[in-house]
Amino acid sequence: MSKYTEDDLKVELENKEYEYGFYTDIESETFPIGLSEDIVRAISLKKEEPEWMTEWRLEAFRAWVQMTEPDWANVHYTKPDFQAISYYSAPKKVDPSKTLDDVDPELLAMYKKLGISLDEQKKMNNIAMDIVVDSVSVATTFKKTLAEKGIIFCPISEAIKEHPDLVRKYLGTVVPQKDNFYAALNSAVFSDGSFCYIPKGVRCPMELSTYFRINQAGTGQFERTLVIADEESYVSYLEGCTAPSRDENQLHAAVVELIAMDGAEIKYSTVQNWFPGDKNGKGGVFNFVTKRGLCEKNAKISWTQVETGSAVTWKYPSCVLKGDNSVGEFYSIAVTNNFQQADTGTKMIHLGKNTKSTIISKGISAGKSQNSYRGLVQISGRADNARNFSQCDSLLMGNNCGAHTFPYIESKNPSAKIEHEATTSKIGEDQVFYCNQRGIPTEKAIALIVNGFSKEVLNKLPMEFAVEAQKLLEISLEGSVG
Amino acid sequence: MIWAGDIISKFPNFQISKFMLEVKNLHAKVEDKDILKGINLSVKAGEVHAIMGPNGSGKSTLSAVIAGNEHYEMTEGEIILDGEDISEMAPEERAHKGIFLSFQYPVEIPGVSVTNFMKTAINESRKAQGLEEMPANEMLKLIREKSELLEIDRKFLSRSLNEGFSGGEKKRNEIFQMAMLEPKLAILDETDSGLDIDALRIVANGVNKLKSENNAVIVITHYQRLLDYIVPDFVHVLYQGKIVKSGGKELAYELEEKGYDWIKSEN
Repeated sequence: MSKYTEDDLKVELENKEYEYGFYTDIESETFPIGLSEDIVRAISLKKEEPEWMTEWRLEAFRAWVQMTEPDWANVHYTKPDFQAISYYSAPKKVDPSKTLDDVDPELLAMYKKLGISLDEQKKMNNIAMDIVVDSVSVATTFKKTLAEKGIIFCPISEAIKEHPDLVRKYLGTVVPQKDNFYAALNSAVFSDGSFCYIPKGVRCPMELSTYFRINQAGTGQFERTLVIADEESYVSYLEGCTAPSRDENQLHAAVVELIAMDGAEIKYSTVQNWFPGDKNGKGGVFNFVTKRGLCEKNAKISWTQVETGSAVTWKYPSCVLKGDNSVGEFYSIAVTNNFQQADTGTKMIHLGKNTKSTIISKGISAGKSQNSYRGLVQISGRADNARNFSQCDSLLMGNNCGAHTFPYIESKNPSAKIEHEATTSKIGEDQVFYCNQRGIPTEKAIALIVNGFSKEVLNKLPMEFAVEAQKLLEISLEGSVG
Repeated sequence: MIWAGDIISKFPNFQISKFMLEVKNLHAKVEDKDILKGINLSVKAGEVHAIMGPNGSGKSTLSAVIAGNEHYEMTEGEIILDGEDISEMAPEERAHKGIFLSFQYPVEIPGVSVTNFMKTAINESRKAQGLEEMPANEMLKLIREKSELLEIDRKFLSRSLNEGFSGGEKKRNEIFQMAMLEPKLAILDETDSGLDIDALRIVANGVNKLKSENNAVIVITHYQRLLDYIVPDFVHVLYQGKIVKSGGKELAYELEEKGYDWIKSEN
């Protein structure tokens, strides 16, 4: 019997296909390609939006036209042709009034493939889910249970119609329409996403979850998520993302806004597994996302992300610590392999007194990928006694990948305490052999070492998603050792 | 009808191997440097063999090659475990067949607890044998049993593997793993190095408790002192990649008395 070498493993892993790369044949309605004021109006009309919303979108569109795509990130790609994308695609036969039992059987089959059978989710996990396929929210489970507590969890398109006061008051307050190129684009064309409101003093009894999936070819997905946690409330929110394997790049430009009012706490977890492209770097999702949270007095926002997919990632979930004693946290695992590129990190803006932030970033690079951490810690003049702790660890697999760290620190207050630690390590042959000797095959050994490396972040995920994330890390790493 | 007895009587040289491990004419090199130059070694179940020798004689290479470390290239010979040639097998397959190596320098794996590591190792072995994963309660029972046997504080088991362990803790952890995995053949590579006398006694006691009629131990050591605690049935002296002398436990004392120069001058 011949030896199973690391090279064999490498070949095997390279040939392993993206597990979620299936395409579901659902009848869908797709707009012609291109973007103009007419298209923006058409989207708004299609969604039966009020006039103020249409105007808000147009304002964003007009700003976007004037803007240029940013190129300061440490990523290289052919810029998408924004006129070659269709900005609206919806599975047909969607009727918001129907229950789970009426959902298109093909869609249900797709959820099964994704490993998220709604029935099961409903019964076992105690998780309320909103699923966004292409651009439209398909099913929101558990709505009734939540409503009893006064919690609103629904597609944002529905919220615009049914809770216009809330949406109008908060939409764009954390990420303004003109914040950046992609945020402006999203503001103009977003077609769905999730909306969540937790009333004063309510502790949301279950995890709220959104599942995003790009299905149609040649479409962009622009979700808009708005989470509002009223005073002294608590919510834990999770989003998961997948897309089918396609040769061309798909564009994903989402905006997430979180508002944590006095004493509120929001935990926002993401498991991002968009199609990363094939082993030659062909295809894959461009993931240009703006995520930001605002903390009022004594509030806390915690971002946890596991990023394994996308060809190019540009994403900096941030916290604006406006209120005194507010807390911001960012826990991240970013895995890149083959030709993937990730430029991700966070911004912690300390405005209030005694504000505190923690950044734990774990980057894992394999293949020919490039993985960058970019973070900003900013302490304003009035933020007395602000504290930040940052830790950026990189793990390299093989000799052809790169890990980069770009930490920016700006402090205008002499009482600030800022700590930054960084390490870079490599999976050693001796570690792998040690595991092998105990009967653990190389592939499993790498997974074990990577999980150990990522543990501090994995521990921050809700239990059931930590297991999923662990599996995902295993699938995503196609690296060799040595 | 042919009877097994007939075959054996017709071919008097044919016999079912009574050895657990047979190393025949083993040659190995690392980066073009020949290290092992024809090692022969036979070990039966229930035996303890000691391999001694001066620094650079190839002791650690021998243990690494038996365990299947691909950093070393085996150029000639055979390694037979229970009648099966394992020299082409991956290290994890050898481990599944019952080979255990206690490392001279155990590596650190940050974030992976001793318990989690052992759980993974045991379940991978079971998987290779077509068995289900060990149920959690059974695993806990096994851990409790073995840690009590070796007098290991269970708090120790939730620490990251070898990270920040003292020399003694590392070696005790190796023996704990040996206890958990219950190997057929355990190779202890310089287990005594870096240990004070108390730690040495604890580790040796652990090995003695694990010894049985069904397993075998190869102790690799530079000094005789470990052999006061783990008493060998045979002692082999390795020098320049060959076993140049074999004998009973008294050979270790002779070596201690005369020093390795005695071997060097004879060869």
